[in-house]
Amino acid sequence: MLISIASGKGGTGKTLVATSLACAIKDTYSVELIDCDVEEPNAHIFINPEFTVSEVVETPVPKIDESKCNHCAKCSKACVFNAIAILNESVLTFPDLCHGCGVCAFVCERKAITEVPYRTGLIEKGYAPGIKFKQGKLDIGRAMATPVIKKLKEDAGKEQDVTFIDSPPGTSCSMVEAVDASDLCLLVTESTPFGLNDLELALQTINQLGVPGAVIINRARPEDRRVEQYCQQNQVPILMQIPLDYSIARLYSKGITLALGSPQWRENFRHLFEKTKELVR
Amino acid sequence: MKEIVVLSGKGGTGKTCIAASFAVLAKNKVMADCDVDAANLNLLLAHEILEEHEFQSGQVARINEASCLSCRLCEQYCRFDAIDNCQVVETRCEGCGLCLLVCPFEAVSMHPNIAGKWFVSNTRYGKFVHARLGIAQGSSGKLVAMVRQKAKDIAGTNSAEYIITDGPPGTGCPAISSLSDADLALLVTEPTLTAHHDLERVAGLCRHFGVSQAVCINKCDLNESNSRSIEKYCEKLNIPVVGRIPVDDSFTRAVEQGIPVVEFTCNSPVKEIEKMWAFLDSRI
Repeated sequence: MLISIASGKGGTGKTLVATSLACAIKDTYSVELIDCDVEEPNAHIFINPEFTVSEVVETPVPKIDESKCNHCAKCSKACVFNAIAILNESVLTFPDLCHGCGVCAFVCERKAITEVPYRTGLIEKGYAPGIKFKQGKLDIGRAMATPVIKKLKEDAGKEQDVTFIDSPPGTSCSMVEAVDASDLCLLVTESTPFGLNDLELALQTINQLGVPGAVIINRARPEDRRVEQYCQQNQVPILMQIPLDYSIARLYSKGITLALGSPQWRENFRHLFEKTKELVR
Repeated sequence: MKEIVVLSGKGGTGKTCIAASFAVLAKNKVMADCDVDAANLNLLLAHEILEEHEFQSGQVARINEASCLSCRLCEQYCRFDAIDNCQVVETRCEGCGLCLLVCPFEAVSMHPNIAGKWFVSNTRYGKFVHARLGIAQGSSGKLVAMVRQKAKDIAGTNSAEYIITDGPPGTGCPAISSLSDADLALLVTEPTLTAHHDLERVAGLCRHFGVSQAVCINKCDLNESNSRSIEKYCEKLNIPVVGRIPVDDSFTRAVEQGIPVVEFTCNSPVKEIEKMWAFLDSRI
């Protein structure tokens, strides 16, 4: 079972929910947690895993064999990402703009282009007690997060009963890559107009992917019920509300996830998982 | 003209509340919201939309069923798994056009991709450029570049002194696009281990692109010892800490009212934002 935890707005509590769920059920199920927020991976702070393996993530970029190249410029014309330019009889490549699509090598009639690996990030794998853990880290200065996320998810959900995916925020390509193909997406939001606005966008995104969703309201405040009303009107189930409480925030600030900091919340997260499981069925 | 971009690495640390407050405090400025996949600054700045434009970015493949003989060559070649059962999965298509090149039956055509919308609005604080990325679209970096360019054009025409840019979370494509060539990145963090971790990555990104930085610690009294470690980190890297804002529920209440927090109240946490702006204004 593949459960992703996402949000439109950042900082709503995705990592808190993902790590608490994993910790709450690890004695009952075999659990895998994958941190797909490769721009800012944080789950490891709460899980303290021991990493045993690390793998470099590379994408293919063009390398030009100048001895074969006749500067016909077919490659630079065909590249829609502007990653190749021909200037004064020499070929310039811009690996940071390259999406690794392979069009340049395909159109080159002189076979002057080979594709060589270009490092974009790192994947680390390891274990915390009862949890198989993986995270990706986009190298600083690299723009494209999706290849790292794609590689992280390659064998997701194959071995364990449950795989949790901690998604990056937003609604664009990296969030889509992280959430795609999950059995259910838990959208974490907060009861503010920002939370509501971004929840609507995130719901539209997962609808487009055909992934069913349910909502968790973090920092819930009874005086602002707009998120609840929106969910009721749109028939999106709300599975949990975590109140605005500074003792929870302080635990979080120290890197202690809620399910480990409070026996009551551990029970609540177990319950949340059972409800999630029912929705997947 | 100076551009200040508000970033954080970690989401939800208070970027938008601070950017909206700067919009009130700075004189003669243009505002830009570069968090195009979850734009929120428009919820705090009452605005009237003057211009609305479609944002076309790249292309997307289509397969004409009538000409397709299901040879699946395109499916084998596509690096993005964007063709499934002889149909294009639009959310995965990057518009590279390899499928068009390999198709022996001319069944593939490429079409312009509408990736979102961008707007120029009037607010009582000045002009405001914002955008909305289309659902599940991938071109956020390009849309960010468009928003910034438009804000620069307007700032040039109006001889504005500042561009105040509300940035996206993260360190990838949209963050890089928001940051490059800015005059100052204000990094908003909070005293949690996660926010500190993310601050170090986004500070690394600023260094990588040679953009000067300053730090604001929001909710600084949530965990005093973490606040001290952030201060120490900043001191070590010679990054000035220009703001320390205590926990205060006026921030949430101002968001609820849809106004910048400096217009909601003038209590002492909010005065910290005014002090921070006065400092930045004098130094930049």
